[in-house]
Amino acid sequence: MASKLTRSNRAGWAFALPGFGLIALFIIVPFFFAFGLSLTNQRLISPNPTAFVGLANYRDLLGLGVITLEPERDAGGQILRGADGTPDYPRVRNFTRNNPDHPRLDGMREWFRWQSGDTQKVVVAKDVVFMKALVNTFTFVLIVAPLQAGLALLLALLINQRLRGINVFRTIYFMPVVVSIVVVSLLWRFIYSGDNGLLNNILSVLSFGLFRPVDWLGNPSTALGAIIAMSIWQAVGFHMVIWLSGLQTISPTLYEAARIEGSSPWQTFRHVTWPGLRNTAVLILIVITMQAFAIFAQVDVMTNGGPRDATQTLVFQAVQRGYGKQDISGGSAISVILFLIVLSISLVQRWLTREKN
Amino acid sequence: MAAINPANHGLRRLSRYLVLSVVAVVFLFPIVFMIVSSLKPDHQLLADTGSLRAFLPVGDISLDNYRAAFQRAPIGRFVFNSVLVTVITVSLSLLLCSLAAFAFTYLHWFGRGLLFSVVLATLIIPFETIAIPLLLIVSKLPWIGVEGVTYGWLDSYRVQIIPWIADALTVFLFVQYFKDLPRELIEAARVEGATWWQVYTRVVMPLSGPVIATAAILKTLKMYNEQYIWPLITVQSESYRPVMVGLQYFFQLQIAWGEVMAYLTLITVPVLAFYLALQRAFIASIASTGVKG
Repeated sequence: MASKLTRSNRAGWAFALPGFGLIALFIIVPFFFAFGLSLTNQRLISPNPTAFVGLANYRDLLGLGVITLEPERDAGGQILRGADGTPDYPRVRNFTRNNPDHPRLDGMREWFRWQSGDTQKVVVAKDVVFMKALVNTFTFVLIVAPLQAGLALLLALLINQRLRGINVFRTIYFMPVVVSIVVVSLLWRFIYSGDNGLLNNILSVLSFGLFRPVDWLGNPSTALGAIIAMSIWQAVGFHMVIWLSGLQTISPTLYEAARIEGSSPWQTFRHVTWPGLRNTAVLILIVITMQAFAIFAQVDVMTNGGPRDATQTLVFQAVQRGYGKQDISGGSAISVILFLIVLSISLVQRWLTREKN
Repeated sequence: MAAINPANHGLRRLSRYLVLSVVAVVFLFPIVFMIVSSLKPDHQLLADTGSLRAFLPVGDISLDNYRAAFQRAPIGRFVFNSVLVTVITVSLSLLLCSLAAFAFTYLHWFGRGLLFSVVLATLIIPFETIAIPLLLIVSKLPWIGVEGVTYGWLDSYRVQIIPWIADALTVFLFVQYFKDLPRELIEAARVEGATWWQVYTRVVMPLSGPVIATAAILKTLKMYNEQYIWPLITVQSESYRPVMVGLQYFFQLQIAWGEVMAYLTLITVPVLAFYLALQRAFIASIASTGVKG
């Protein structure tokens, strides 16, 4: 209820306006500006005037097609095979370069293919790098969100014990959070290095020399995993502290009751601790998901999206195109797509965790 | 249940400390490695990664890397820039965000609900996604200085400060805190004839120590640690660059790792010291972002 004492249009606007004005000018306006730019062909420096192009940028990013390749056959219908016995297939570029039968596929490139019987299915994309960035970003989020939340909970349970000096350990576990992600990324570049890197040497000692050195960031199959591990190392302390504050809201009498009834540690966790952490769990998953979608600095400092696009991410692509390649409209379109993904996930999360009744 | 005998108890305690310590090593080793390596010449630094010596300040220990690092880059300037930008941004942020939160919490005015929803909605916009349009905007904005009206904010302190002052998280933290302050205090002050400004400065802010600490710590970390992509694209000249961008000076053709480690140590140790001195406040501030309201 608004009482006379608190009703004041003038004071309300006067107090809120400086802060709100800055948020409007520096967050909301650029946000809508990005929407607008994504519908044009704007480049940073261009001889041609900027024109409205509708959804062309989105079509260029999201265009996908599937080609079914039948093996080449000779006049008698026999499958032609190469020296190693695998069938010969027509080249993908026959379909995607100036082929009047497939105008939709024009300009697309092969993303990946798989075999089904004698035929091969090839997925082609207008923008393979973008597609890889999309898949990598989702992979990153889907691995980091549960893993980081779970490890943070384990650490919180570890720290929630009554032991002398436990605060020292809490202080240490939280320490990487206050170190800049740029500094951490550089440091880990050294740790992950293939020649004489710290990690290779540690693993080699622990396995009594059996471990073969890996160039963690230079190998397409390990680079994204290496970035994931480092990102969790840096941020897990943050969420440990949030879990810890959730743990401390659970009444000690509940634990006392569980102890008297002789329940095992797992039963206590399952029936006392976990139900008390529901709200915290929701919050932590939302926060980690949002942060994970914005992954940028690690990639920029450690791999530049490589090797072979194995660590491309959406934000990295948006910045690289918008700034590096001066393709402002393309970068903006990626930003809008990322924003729509984040928005729909937060709406789904809100719906899933809505208050019952 | 197993009988609790002292020996068993002691063993359990020992194993708990063992687990805690192993985890602690995982979190500490890169930081220890950074500091220790900054004291070693490059050839020894690289040779030492093969053994535990990587974590020990042994061998040819000196401050040579620091000397070389200071010669390579204007480090003092970078640190000054970062500290200046951080201090001004954090102070203005505390003022303007708490004022806005005050209006959102205590005052009833036309548009309040809508504006607050809009502010909260900006929480899910990652900064990097608006960096390029924001760059286009700030490159055209007017500024009134000693030389009259000029256009374009690039290459300046203001481009690193003003866009970062107001943010939804800081407003939100203040609103959460203000909601729990006793309303009677505010109404009593109003009944006695205090203006809203007086209520803000004399009643509400003096009671807001904890949330001010929280907001200040989170914003300081953001401004000092995370100012990387924005100054990279808006600040070309050396004289305005912050510490994270200064790193580029150490990645020329031949990377001198000892110098890199010295620079990383130099820019990280102040934050670590700040954290260790105020660690209770740091941890309380993170914990309070998790209190759902």
